[in-house]
Amino acid sequence: MTQRALTALALLTLATPAFAQDTLNALVWCDHTDPALIAPFEEKYNVKVNLKDFEGTAAGLAILDQSQPGDWDVMVIDSVDVHRAVEAGKLAELPADKLPTADFFPELVMAENNTVDGKTYAVTEKFGYNTISYDKTKVDPADMEDMAALTSGKYDGKIGIYDYYLPVLGLVALGQGINTADVNADTLPKLQEPLMALRKASKQVSDVVSSQTALATGDVDIIVGGGEWLTAVLAKDNPNLDWTIPKQGGLRWSQSIGVVAGTAKPDLALEFVQYIVSPEGQAALAQSSCYWGMPANQKAGDLLSAEAKAVLRWDQQPDYLKRAQLYPIPDAATDTAMQDMWTAMLNQ
Amino acid sequence: MSLASKERTLARGLVAPALLWTLAFFVVPFLAMLALSFAHMEGRKIVQGFDPGNYLRAFTDWSQLKALINSVEITLTVTVISVVLAWPLAAIIAWRVPQRFQRLALLLAVLPFWTSYVVRSYSWLLVLGKNGVINQALMGLGVVAEPLALASSRTATVIGFVHFFVMLLTLTIYANLVQLSPNYARAAQDLGAGRFATFAHVILPLTLPGVITGAFVTFVLCIGDYITPQILGGNTELTLPQLIMLQMGRSGNFPMASALSVILMAVVSLAYAGCSRWLRLDRI
Repeated sequence: MTQRALTALALLTLATPAFAQDTLNALVWCDHTDPALIAPFEEKYNVKVNLKDFEGTAAGLAILDQSQPGDWDVMVIDSVDVHRAVEAGKLAELPADKLPTADFFPELVMAENNTVDGKTYAVTEKFGYNTISYDKTKVDPADMEDMAALTSGKYDGKIGIYDYYLPVLGLVALGQGINTADVNADTLPKLQEPLMALRKASKQVSDVVSSQTALATGDVDIIVGGGEWLTAVLAKDNPNLDWTIPKQGGLRWSQSIGVVAGTAKPDLALEFVQYIVSPEGQAALAQSSCYWGMPANQKAGDLLSAEAKAVLRWDQQPDYLKRAQLYPIPDAATDTAMQDMWTAMLNQ
Repeated sequence: MSLASKERTLARGLVAPALLWTLAFFVVPFLAMLALSFAHMEGRKIVQGFDPGNYLRAFTDWSQLKALINSVEITLTVTVISVVLAWPLAAIIAWRVPQRFQRLALLLAVLPFWTSYVVRSYSWLLVLGKNGVINQALMGLGVVAEPLALASSRTATVIGFVHFFVMLLTLTIYANLVQLSPNYARAAQDLGAGRFATFAHVILPLTLPGVITGAFVTFVLCIGDYITPQILGGNTELTLPQLIMLQMGRSGNFPMASALSVILMAVVSLAYAGCSRWLRLDRI
């Protein structure tokens, strides 16, 4: 009993958000922490949005597991993980008719991901690609069209790996001819050797800022797992930075937003979701100071400058959308195995 | 009530706030963490109980154990290098710099403390980079033909740490040195000791409390640091705090993170036990 009480105390300390009268508590990714995105909503509704930045669906769901109903109001999540969250009872149903999905890129409506049993639980807000970013003055751009070039020896010590296991293992799978949807307990062992080979050829495995720094300063010439989200904020000062989707394909990342089940402020939470997927919210989110990405709502294009659209490759989206696959969707056991493989790779 | 009894009551009253603070913010959270470390995960659920599995995994899974080994190796390296650099610096300030300039010299020595820890780490990343100041200088002088791979390595992590901890150790050793009477050295030399013998057998032993105190604080802060290895190490290897962050931030495995944290505290406790004989925490 004492142990149970102590454990509860520990988790309460970890998981309890700040409270205030007029607040909205949001579990988000770092792109939502940009004041340019949040301030207009706060002003319009005269509320304070408390933002907690988290990394990875497992961590987000763990925070919700250890919170009380009503602690959190909205949540950002990988679109491919919406079903997991719904099955765990973490997301509330959204009124589909109050969401502007008719204005979305058709591929980004992602009803198969955001809807369960005909009910909508989340809405796609942003997307982009995890592929290969590189400095076109330091590497042969033609080489970047084939993932095999990365472990050919030609670029040993010049490669950085983005430190997120899902997209990079997805890319490694594509390099082995395995579709991301087929990454499971049976196919995962086949990724061990190529992942370690990629690690051996690389100089570092790093987060967003360190990856950007390394690419911008010339410490590495290639970032595996990069894309427009990595190079866009650097484009103005470093026009040599580029990205491509190699012939094996790339990964399309997409994030969705939903209302957390049990929220005490369902109306305000829905307003926040609606603001994020409105053209204004989408334009701000697309150009967030943390990372850029394509807005799901095509109408945001009217509010983006020609330069911003060029950086985002707005016009090439039809081709890119065809060539990219979604993130792997591992079950809990495979997810743990993937993370263990990643940890072993980091500490090999 | 006698005078002694009144004084005891007053002393207890004065100590009570600090004791309550320690109880509330150290003892209780630590016991909570200890309890959590014996729980385990089933899917995303934390199952309470007395399961030593997390500790077994920490010592039998090579990728987990390697993080502990890396942390200890890096910490010992940083501590030794910092002591070797800080001792002469403190001695120069204490013995060679005129007294009226010593305060200024100490101020200059601790100036790096005034900048943000994170900013300082990212700055080192730029300095140590392929096109950074160090490589540019070495190549400009013709010392190396190709840039050295300094950034994103253990070397970078150690350099970042040493930069920080030399300042800390300089302060603790300086505090010790200025209290040493010059008569000790004079007496040793009167008895026929040479300069080296005076240093090795008289001065150095007398400064050990300051050295060990600074080294212990360096050990504690270094082994528990997450920022420097994360930024400067480039994830070329994991340290224990990085592994704890992975378990918490990515896996949501709080029991495993708690077990690793308890192990981290145990290592610090062992370090304390090892040097408690010389520790003078009042010198900090």
